[in-house]
Amino acid sequence: MEKLYSLTAHDLKELIKKGSADASEILSSVFDRIEKTDPKIKAIVHANKTKALEALRSNSAKKEGKLSGIPVLLKDNICVKDEPTTCASKILEGFRPPYNATVVDRLEAEGAILIGKSNMDEFAFGSSCETSCYGPTRNPWDLGCIPGGSSGGSAAAVAADETILALGSDTGGSIRQPASLCGVVGMKPTYGRVSRYGLIAFASSLDQIGPITKDVSDAALLLGVIAGYDEMDSTSVDLPVPDYTRSLVKDVKGLRIGVPRECFMEGLDKEVEASVRKAVDVLKGLGARVTDISLPHTGYAISVYYIIGPAEASSNLARFDGVQYGLRDKDARGMIDMYVGTRSKGFGNEAKRRILLGTYCLSTGYYDAYYLKAQKVRTKIKEDFDKAFASCDLIVTPTSPTPAFRIGEKTENPLAMYLSDIYTIPANLAGLPGISIPCGFSGSCLPIGLQMIAKPFDEETMLRAAYTFEQNTDFHKKRPGI
Amino acid sequence: MELIDKATVKHVAHLARLSLNDKELELYSAQLVSILAYISKLNEISTEGVTPTSHPLSSLKNVFRSDTLKPSLEADEALNNAPAQQDGFFKVPQIIEGK
Repeated sequence: MEKLYSLTAHDLKELIKKGSADASEILSSVFDRIEKTDPKIKAIVHANKTKALEALRSNSAKKEGKLSGIPVLLKDNICVKDEPTTCASKILEGFRPPYNATVVDRLEAEGAILIGKSNMDEFAFGSSCETSCYGPTRNPWDLGCIPGGSSGGSAAAVAADETILALGSDTGGSIRQPASLCGVVGMKPTYGRVSRYGLIAFASSLDQIGPITKDVSDAALLLGVIAGYDEMDSTSVDLPVPDYTRSLVKDVKGLRIGVPRECFMEGLDKEVEASVRKAVDVLKGLGARVTDISLPHTGYAISVYYIIGPAEASSNLARFDGVQYGLRDKDARGMIDMYVGTRSKGFGNEAKRRILLGTYCLSTGYYDAYYLKAQKVRTKIKEDFDKAFASCDLIVTPTSPTPAFRIGEKTENPLAMYLSDIYTIPANLAGLPGISIPCGFSGSCLPIGLQMIAKPFDEETMLRAAYTFEQNTDFHKKRPGI
Repeated sequence: MELIDKATVKHVAHLARLSLNDKELELYSAQLVSILAYISKLNEISTEGVTPTSHPLSSLKNVFRSDTLKPSLEADEALNNAPAQQDGFFKVPQIIEGK
């Protein structure tokens, strides 16, 4: 029999039902795997086996839960009561949240077993997991490469079978890009679909929590557990949560798929382009109607994002001042000195860079030229999608312009790093759901991802198309030889 | 759009309560110049009369709730993570100059 750690949640549920596996065997299998592979990958920053075993014991009453006995790994910006939650930043050293994020409560209510926290770029600022205060996570397909970011730890752990399911957060592509680079499934739900209560905020008009999984079926299962209105998050939307597993139907006949002509542009790797074009042909062969569409403002999305993201981040990160939690500069004399000392010692380079950029864009004299201008162009980007969705049901693009790059390759050049989010950022700006699924491999055996973007709150169409593609291809079955 | 100089970066750092050494000031100034140069391509687009988007939910207006008493975090739980505390309060360095 295959090792339990290598299976999906829906496979394990079947095994548990048949009585051929139980939750404690699954948990041991996963922890054995972590012990064996994580010293090489460094995807997990905090694993708590004792707590997981306790949860397993108290969990026996929840046998009917949708995720009963299934191990889940959480990105380290999601609060778990009394467990270290650091955003991979020195400034949150020692912080243990006094409450659970809503997604954590929902996972536990369905019997899921939380196994620990995964590495990330500091405060989710990055596309490579290299800005973490714990050091970089490595890509399971090539240990010399980055796993993508910022949810790089979650994606690498899923790819290396160190967990069955994982959650990430996506502000400009932080779930989809690492999923693409690690050859797994990553989904950013519609803005408002999943509560952010207890997610440490980066950019409040963009952030969304979502699943990182081994296949599309698990993404549907996990989304169904975490989605839904929450009075603790005023931006969560009070719409019924469909049974997403019912969208797992092999049928794209007549589905109108738009391919934006702007996505085949300069900077797109030839092998990525070839894989994505082939994927579009597969969908066409399965009966989808492929149409050429245009999103004319795509080329401005990164500019808009690198004003709005840092502006909101500079405001959200003002709370880290050494007063209520985390690090405090004990040598400082006086209040202002304490703020300055704490923040200067606690934040890493990328965090400082984004705080400076955001503060500048919001400061007197520059607000109109940068922040307000970006908000107006954001409207134009949103309108591009509205127009496009008048003639198609789903948009398909590459997830990332290149496969995983080498560790250290882009750390000296922040702008080059920012450009790796070109395909994912527009969905955040417009609040749309997006998913990345495996669609190929480069010549050097690095995974390539296909992105699908749907209308607001139409995760169902997206999941159906993703599932149909997956079930007609084998890319998701290939695992890294780690 | 004018690009940022070192004096402005220093001022912005002060606003953000960050102190930068000379090396950092040099580095961030150069990087911010290239980032802002890239960003300024937004000026190519006319946004005359365009309504700004502050978040993606067009239907979302103010969210209110009734003002009713509910249990909340206990004071000692809220203070658990404090770097310094005294008598049930967060303790900070002296704010007002004097004795």
